[in-house]
Amino acid sequence: MASTDQRAAPVERRVAALEQAFVERNLVRTEDVDAVVHNAEENWVPENGAKVVARAWTDADFKRRLLENGKAAVTELGLAMPPHHKHLVVLENTPTLQNVICCTLCSCTAFTIIGLPPGWYKDFEYRSRLVRQSRTVLREMGLDLPYEIDIKVWDTTTDTRYMVLPVQPEETIGWPEDKLREIVTKDSMIGVSRLEALYR
Amino acid sequence: MDGVHDLGGKQGFGPVRYAEGRAVFKAPWEPRANALYGLGVRLGIMNMDEYRHAIERMDPRHYLSACYYERSLTGFATLCVEKGVVTREELEKLAGGAFPLALPSAEGRPNAEPRQTFAVGDRVRVKNEFVSGHVRMPGYIRGKCGVVVGITPAYPFPDAAAHNLQSQDEPTYDVAFDSQELWPQAADPATVHVGVFESYLDPAE
Ligand SMILES: [Fe+3]
Repeated sequence: MASTDQRAAPVERRVAALEQAFVERNLVRTEDVDAVVHNAEENWVPENGAKVVARAWTDADFKRRLLENGKAAVTELGLAMPPHHKHLVVLENTPTLQNVICCTLCSCTAFTIIGLPPGWYKDFEYRSRLVRQSRTVLREMGLDLPYEIDIKVWDTTTDTRYMVLPVQPEETIGWPEDKLREIVTKDSMIGVSRLEALYR
Repeated sequence: MDGVHDLGGKQGFGPVRYAEGRAVFKAPWEPRANALYGLGVRLGIMNMDEYRHAIERMDPRHYLSACYYERSLTGFATLCVEKGVVTREELEKLAGGAFPLALPSAEGRPNAEPRQTFAVGDRVRVKNEFVSGHVRMPGYIRGKCGVVVGITPAYPFPDAAAHNLQSQDEPTYDVAFDSQELWPQAADPATVHVGVFESYLDPAE
């Protein structure tokens, strides 16, 4: 990756150097780094959030608890958030409301629940434009919302984390939970897409 | 600080590169960089506010040209050097070249005193303040009015925590702003929700 410093070592060499310095000081072992990498790739995935959404669609009491206290409710499904993510606020979409999440200052997300953020979420285009040109940005990303749908943008400026609860597509009402999980995407929980047939 | 990281509402950026950016990691070094900073937090080398501020302190040219995980690496390595965990010379020797780090920090600040507490429904104004150290108030809400629509229990105060200063935890307010008031006649209509620390707020007159 480019750096403005012409003499800079390639970024992969810089990462390896920092890791090696930590290993030489017995601060971490290579296996510890491997384990965290494995955990990020295997466990911080949108399938977690999909479980939450499918349960909320099929269990009204769970949905109520989820909207009241998201961080407590997701533990019922065996999910957890890091200690510094103190609260999970679940934002319910409706036929006339679209919630959409961003982080203008860095790139915060509820990554243990909805998965690590995609590249575009961390790019300057999304971070700069979503708060100011929400409808335009969503349209450019393929979500052309009619004007009857209001937009709420959530800028993640504190360690409160957000996830969007998408509207359940009508044709899936009555489906079993495990089948519902399969239709929930990371993008729908960020709020840049909707799952109803009309918008796909 | 009013740094280049404070991107909300900045103009001139093009379309979101949506199709090409679906993968979370695009090279094997990226998850390792991510893991190292995570282990650094676990080891107690720094808190999240120090980490975020170290990234914000990167030379703007470097910040804008580096991808997300290079920024993460640079911020974390900067703190490791500043706190004496490793030396820059050692890192550069191991890397076989220069290891660009972030620039030094300005001073932090304590909580505002006195602070006013607010209730849901209150109209508030974000203070017209300019802070050299770390701050979690995006520039686009500075001086603007909004309505409190939610309250969280207390959090560490980032302006102090990022500089390792003692401070009191504060509630944050979910403040709803009208995009048309943030950027009159120059924004798509929407409600923009921002989590705002108590120290940043005054009652709206
Ligand atoms: Fe962030």
